[in-house]
Amino acid sequence: MNEIPGLFNYWVVVFLMMAGFYVVISQGNLVKKLVGLGLFQASVFILYITMGNLSGGQAPIVTEGVFIYSNPLPHVLILTAIVVGVATTAVGLALIVRIHEAYGSVEEDEIHALDMADDDTRLQEGAEREESSE
Amino acid sequence: MLIAIAAIRMRDLFGVVILFGVYSLLTAVLFMDLDAVDVAFTEAAVGAGVTTVLLLSSLRLTRRWEAPPRHNPFFSLLVVGVTGAALVYATLDAPLLGDPSAPVHKHVAPHYLQEAAGEVGMPNIVTAVLASYRGYDTFGETLVVFTAGLAVLLLLGFSENGKSRIETSAIHDQVALKVVVKLLIPLILLYALYVQFHGDFGAGGGFQAGVIFATGFILYDMVFGVENARAVMAVAWLPRLAALGVLIYGGVGVYSMLSGKPFLDYSALSADPVQGQHLGVLLVELGVGITVFSIVLSIFYALSGRRRQS
Repeated sequence: MNEIPGLFNYWVVVFLMMAGFYVVISQGNLVKKLVGLGLFQASVFILYITMGNLSGGQAPIVTEGVFIYSNPLPHVLILTAIVVGVATTAVGLALIVRIHEAYGSVEEDEIHALDMADDDTRLQEGAEREESSE
Repeated sequence: MLIAIAAIRMRDLFGVVILFGVYSLLTAVLFMDLDAVDVAFTEAAVGAGVTTVLLLSSLRLTRRWEAPPRHNPFFSLLVVGVTGAALVYATLDAPLLGDPSAPVHKHVAPHYLQEAAGEVGMPNIVTAVLASYRGYDTFGETLVVFTAGLAVLLLLGFSENGKSRIETSAIHDQVALKVVVKLLIPLILLYALYVQFHGDFGAGGGFQAGVIFATGFILYDMVFGVENARAVMAVAWLPRLAALGVLIYGGVGVYSMLSGKPFLDYSALSADPVQGQHLGVLLVELGVGITVFSIVLSIFYALSGRRRQS
């Protein structure tokens, strides 16, 4: 039973990851989907930092009298990933803003319906043109 | 975790965004607890600060309320449940938290920890690994940030007419807020510079400093209006600054190549290798800082300057 505290962090990660995953696949609102991606992303960050932790360790800044440091490599990877994450989120937001300008909606269903309606009218126009040419 | 659930349940997107900010701040606290000071620092500045502001500015351009869900959530819950159960089962084989014999701690990390102080000559190992040992990665990531900024600018562009913003009028009467912000901004900028140049010794570095510096400008923009902020930092200069940052980073690499060393080998910069490493890390961090600052700020300008079209 003494494994439970050691694994607890992983379970938190799994829970958060699944929460983000659920938002991404089940919610229709595009802004909310981005927030879900953010949740997922943060859970991956926690996973990496958890792996880098060392019991009894200190933050990896060399000081006298300290011999155990946590692993600096995951820290480096996640540090850059966070900044890259905000940049990619911004690209997603820019796309959403443009979608909203084009469709007047950020709901997936409505956009899809508009697309289908658009296709239908185009098909009809095409059929009418063929009829008139015959 | 509770915050995450609340964020999912809420239909008011404004509340969702604020809760997401709180969630980021809590994550930062957790990182601090796990001895990752640099990461906690970045998460607090980026997640709780910049992301929230960006999400809010894009909400202004779209809609605040979410439509009620139309399909049955049962199927997605099932998928999520099965995946989650599989992942939990997988964690049973994972090494325990803080276990020193975990494979993560066996590969290159001990080398970094033991040699970094001697080879690169700086106490903060995270900065040493970031800028020196894994300089290629960091260069790539700086380029990704740069490209993402370009993509946002291509999609939205800077609007010339910033006067159409609505929220500035509401904030104009807040005298106390203006005084406090006026006092805070120099401190924020000074702190950003400290973080930038002290990254070798304590927590910090170019990524965090760029974000904090940009936060100072974003605050100024929000309180004093977009015209004032653009008078301080001209829009046309931001993409050039971003490119300059990347060029500084790449230039250091090309310089070391020209002097007969591999790309991004900083020991070429000075006669004494450790001195050269130090100088190289400083220059590279400066490049990263400039790029991150100008990209974050131009993304903010692009999102906030755009007029709502409905």
